[in-house]
Amino acid sequence: MTGNVRAARLRPLYPRLLLAPSIVALFLWMIVPLAMTLWFSVERYNLLSPGKSAFAGLQNYRALVANRALWVAMGNTLLLVALVLAITLALGTLFTALLNEDFPGHGVCRLLVIAPFFVMPTVSALVWKNMLMNPVFGLGAWITRSLGLGAVEFFAHLPLVSIALIVAWEWTPFAVLILLPALQSLNPELEEAARLDGGGPVDLFLHIQLPHLMRPMAVVAMIEMIYLLSLFAEIYVTTGGGPGLASTNLAYLIFRDALLGWDVGRASAGGVIAILLANVVALFLMRMVGCNLEESR
Amino acid sequence: MALIRKIGQGIGLLLGLALVVWLFYPSARRPQLTVATVNNADMILMQQLSKEFERQSGVKLNWVVLGENVLRQRLTIDISTGSNTFDVITLGSYEAPLWGERGWLVPLDDLGADYGYDDIFGGVREGLSYQGKMYAAPFYAESTLTYYRCDLFEKAGLEMPRQPRYDEIREFARRLHDPAHGVYGACLRGEPGWGENTAFVSTLVHTFGGRWFDLDWKPQLTSPAWTEAVRFYVDLVRDYGPPGAITDGYNESRALFANGNCAMWVDASSAASYFLDPSQSRVATTTGFAKAPIAKVPNGSAWLWSWALAVPRSTPRAALAKQFIKWATSRSYVSLVGTRFGWLWVPPGSRRSTYDNPEYERAAPFAPLVREAILNADYTKPSALPVPYVGIQYVGIPEFQAIGTEVGQEISAALAGRVTVERALALSQTEAERALEGRYHQ
Repeated sequence: MTGNVRAARLRPLYPRLLLAPSIVALFLWMIVPLAMTLWFSVERYNLLSPGKSAFAGLQNYRALVANRALWVAMGNTLLLVALVLAITLALGTLFTALLNEDFPGHGVCRLLVIAPFFVMPTVSALVWKNMLMNPVFGLGAWITRSLGLGAVEFFAHLPLVSIALIVAWEWTPFAVLILLPALQSLNPELEEAARLDGGGPVDLFLHIQLPHLMRPMAVVAMIEMIYLLSLFAEIYVTTGGGPGLASTNLAYLIFRDALLGWDVGRASAGGVIAILLANVVALFLMRMVGCNLEESR
Repeated sequence: MALIRKIGQGIGLLLGLALVVWLFYPSARRPQLTVATVNNADMILMQQLSKEFERQSGVKLNWVVLGENVLRQRLTIDISTGSNTFDVITLGSYEAPLWGERGWLVPLDDLGADYGYDDIFGGVREGLSYQGKMYAAPFYAESTLTYYRCDLFEKAGLEMPRQPRYDEIREFARRLHDPAHGVYGACLRGEPGWGENTAFVSTLVHTFGGRWFDLDWKPQLTSPAWTEAVRFYVDLVRDYGPPGAITDGYNESRALFANGNCAMWVDASSAASYFLDPSQSRVATTTGFAKAPIAKVPNGSAWLWSWALAVPRSTPRAALAKQFIKWATSRSYVSLVGTRFGWLWVPPGSRRSTYDNPEYERAAPFAPLVREAILNADYTKPSALPVPYVGIQYVGIPEFQAIGTEVGQEISAALAGRVTVERALALSQTEAERALEGRYHQ
C-alpha cells in the first residue's frame, strides 16, 4: 500500500499526462462557449445589422439592468423554482410514503406515478394546454362547468402557477424515484420499535420516515433546481412568456432577445447574468444542504 | 500466419480508405437541393408534388420542414452568418425586401419570359422586391377576410354586409354570443407575438386612423387612435370572445371556428379552403365570407402577406434552385395541384390566372372576395396618415420583430386584465422608443 503511494508520489507526471487530454478537452468544452458569451456580451452585435458590430463596453448590461423585464424575469425564475420544488417535494414525499406500503396493485401504481417523467416536456405542455387547461375544450373546464362554475382561464389569470403545475407534474416522479429507494433502505426495526412504543402511522411518518428522507430530499432539491433555473419548453409552448411578462423567466427573456430581437449582445449579457444568478442560488442551496447533512450526521 | 496478417492489414487499410473517400467524395451522380420550408398545408402539397419535379429535372430534393417561428429563427441565423445549409428557403413579405437589401438573396428577375411576371398580383410582387428587383417568388398570398356562420346569422335574423364595419361586428357579436352553448361572438387572435395578435391589432389601429410611427420614426403607441383601437379589441374579445383567448393564435382560433365555436372570425384569407373541407371542418356548409371590417378609414383594414421562395446568396447551386422555384411558383404548378388534389387546394392569392380560371371560381366561392382584398390592400399606404414605413400588419424594418413581440406581450396583458390598456400602451411606447432610439436621433 505504502509502496504504491510512494510510487505515485515519485512519478506524478505520468498519470497526469495520461489524464491531460480529457482534462484539456473538458476545459475547452466549458471555457470556449463561456468566453464567447462574455465577449459577445460587451459587443454591439445584432444579426440583422451585420455591418454595425462594434465594442460596446457595458452598454448591454446597462440596458438590461435599466429594463424592468430583467427584474421581473429574475423574480419569476426564482418563484417558479420555489413553487415547483415545494409541490414536487410535498407530493413526492406523500407518494413515497404511500408506495412504501404494501397494497394490492402497488406495482402498477408505482409505474403510473413514475410515468409522467418519460413524457417529453413539449408534449406534456401541449397536452396540459390543449386538453386539460383549455377553457373551451379542456377537461378542467368541463368539470367546473358541469358543477355550474365558470371555466378558469388558467394561462390568463394564473400563468406562473399553471406552468408550475405542469412542471411539477413532470418532476414529481423524479422525486419519487429518488425518495422511494431511500425510504426502502430505512431499517424496519426502527419502525417496529416505534410501533411497539405506540406510534400511529402519522407519528411514524413525521418522526421516523421524514427525518430519514431529509438527505435525499436535499439531493432532489439540488438536481431539480439545476434544471428548473433554465426552464424553457413549457413556457414557450403554453404562454409564450405572457401575458405581459407574467411568465417570462430568465431563459425565456434571453430567447426573446436572441431569437426575436436578434440582439446577440444583449442576449449574451442576459446569459452572463443568468450564470451569476444560478451560481448565487446554488451557493445558498449548497450551504443549506451542507448544514442539513452536518445535522443529520 | 504473417502473410494472413499482412493480407488482413491490407484489407483493413483499403476499407478505411474507401470509407474516407466515401465520406469526402462529393456524390456527383445526382445534383441535390436542400429546401427549407414552413409546415403549412400548401407547402406540404408542394413537397408531395415535388416528385414530379425530381423526375423532370433529375435533381434530388432534401426537405427541411419546420414551423413558422422555428423556420424563421433557423434561416435568420443561417443566412446572417453566411453558412450555406439551404439552397431554397421559404420566407415572407416581411423578410424578402430586408434580406434583399442586405445582399443575402439572389435576385429572381431572370426566371424567363414564360414565367409570367405580369400574372403575379402587383402588390404581392412589389412586396417581395427591393428597389424594383424581385428577391423572392410568391408561392401563395393572403389578405384578411371576415368569416361568419350563416346558420347563426339566419337564426338571429341578422345579415352580414359584404363590407362590414367594426361597430356592426360588435353588435353581431353581442347578439350571437352564447357561451352556454359553446358559441362565442367573435374569435380574434390573442396569443402574443408579432405574427399573432400584433398583426391583427396593427390592421385594427390602421383602420382606426392610427399609425406605428410618424415621419421622424417617433413611435405613436400612446396616440388616441391606438388607445381607441386596443380598447375596442380588448373589450370585444373579453365580452364576446372565447375564454382563454390569450393563448389562441391563428391555429387555435381556426380550430375553434372549424369546430363551430365561433360566430365570427376576422383573420387570414388562406384559411377559407380549410373551412370548406368537410373532413376537417364542422362548418363546411354554413361558413360565410365577407370583407375585412373597417372602423374609420379603409387604409390598412386588411393585410397583405405572402409566403415566397428565395435563393440565399451563399448557395453554389443557384441556377438549379431557380429552376425549382420557377417550377413551384408557376402557372402550371397551380393547375397541377388543381387536377391532382382539386381546385380548392391550389395555392391562392399570388396569380391573376388562378382567379380567371372558372374551375377555381366554382370550387372556391370566396375567390372574388380574396382577389378584391389582395388588390385593395396597399401595403405602401397602410395608414391614412403619412408614414415612413411599408407594411400593414408589420413594419418593414429589422427592429420590428422585437418591437412587435413586446407590444404583443403588453396587449395580451391588457387582454388578460392584468394592466389597463393605457398602461400597456405606455409600456409599449417606452419599449418602441428604446428600440428605435438610434433611428430618430439621427
